[in-house]
Amino acid sequence: MHERTVRMKVNGQDTAADVEPRTTLADFLRERCGLTGTHLGCEHGACGACTVLLDGAAIRSCLLFAVQAAGAEVTTVEGIAAASGELSPVQAALRDCHGLQCGFCTPGFVMSITALLKANPNPSDEEIRQGLSGNFCRCTGYQGIVNAVRVAADTT
Amino acid sequence: MKAASFDYHRPESVDGATRMLAELGEDAKILAGGQSLVPMLALRLAFFDHLVDISQLDELKGIERRGDDVWIGAATTDAVIGDDEQISSAVPLLTRATPFVGHFQIRSRGTLGGSIAHADPAGEYPAVALALGASVEAVSPGGRRTIPATEFFTGVWETALEPGEVLTGVRFPVWTGRRGFAVQEFARRHGDFAIAGTVVAVALDSHDRVSRCGIGLLGLGSTPRRASKAEAAVVGRSVADLTGDDIGELAMSDLDDIPSDLQGSASYRSRVGAVLVARAWAEAIEEATTEATNA
Repeated sequence: MHERTVRMKVNGQDTAADVEPRTTLADFLRERCGLTGTHLGCEHGACGACTVLLDGAAIRSCLLFAVQAAGAEVTTVEGIAAASGELSPVQAALRDCHGLQCGFCTPGFVMSITALLKANPNPSDEEIRQGLSGNFCRCTGYQGIVNAVRVAADTT
Repeated sequence: MKAASFDYHRPESVDGATRMLAELGEDAKILAGGQSLVPMLALRLAFFDHLVDISQLDELKGIERRGDDVWIGAATTDAVIGDDEQISSAVPLLTRATPFVGHFQIRSRGTLGGSIAHADPAGEYPAVALALGASVEAVSPGGRRTIPATEFFTGVWETALEPGEVLTGVRFPVWTGRRGFAVQEFARRHGDFAIAGTVVAVALDSHDRVSRCGIGLLGLGSTPRRASKAEAAVVGRSVADLTGDDIGELAMSDLDDIPSDLQGSASYRSRVGAVLVARAWAEAIEEATTEATNA
């Protein structure tokens, strides 16, 4: 009911779709934009799998309705690697440090770490752990992910 | 889960929002940062036919020195508050409490007004507002009013706001002179809701006597609480005659509705709370006696 047209820029591309107000940004990205790299775990803001950048800031895309993001610029995990396909420093570090296993939580970690290092290019170990605290991983274990942030910080 | 259907409104002014809320009645709810409301909608703990989005109203954003207070607009995000230099020098307790509010991805969207209006018993900003003696500004078609924080929190997720009233900003008094502030919180993981926590503000006169004290408690009642008995007991006393352990015990002594749940029993929370108050007290006194901080 009450569908309305929502326009926003996703990974640099203008996009528009008719959605119900209750459609979250996460569902907008996955179902209307076909960008299924943004994963949904808990759908209530606890797990961090759906983290994307909204006008540069890391947010939970399950806690924002698409109508609220009208006019914004959104970056998803699909927009992180270079156009050539070369992985970003964060993605490459996660691969090199065994920072992922099943990969379900990884898109959220990539977005959170990207935002974390942009705000704080040389974080302390404590700051890394605090910065990762909003993302759950249920299989890899966090040590490889913590190491990846350190490696990514050193290579950027 | 997905939220149930609702209609979405984005008024262009606060006046427009209050008129809209008056028209829509009790089926409408204000949406700000959505970091508490949207999970409740997604879990279907709450249902509303209409959401009125005030998060993009510029008149609800900003940080201004107003006389002896710092005014912060209701739609100012936690991230902005945590990074603001004026706040960090004039209301440092707010700056220090901010990293405890959820995770940084939550703070990108969460707002001061939302935290205060949501009134979670474990909320950090409500506890800071209580400890510092802040006041809450609200507007409705009937006019504007100011509500002292001490009268604002009335029950679990319940406040003194009337239906249709919009919280527009919060005024935090600037404590001057020899002052110290500290936040102590215990949670199973960083960013989780606190099992117990406290924020302490203290000011000393030139003879090391306590001239002013505010102790806010979180996770230790059905609302954010103020440890009035402990505050009253320390004012006028010399710092050397006071021990953090006694103040911690006293701060727990008039609590009558400490929650018991899987995270911890009431007696456990009370013991943790007493220790946290003692630690925060020591930290605040240390700062007040060693640092020359002036607003």
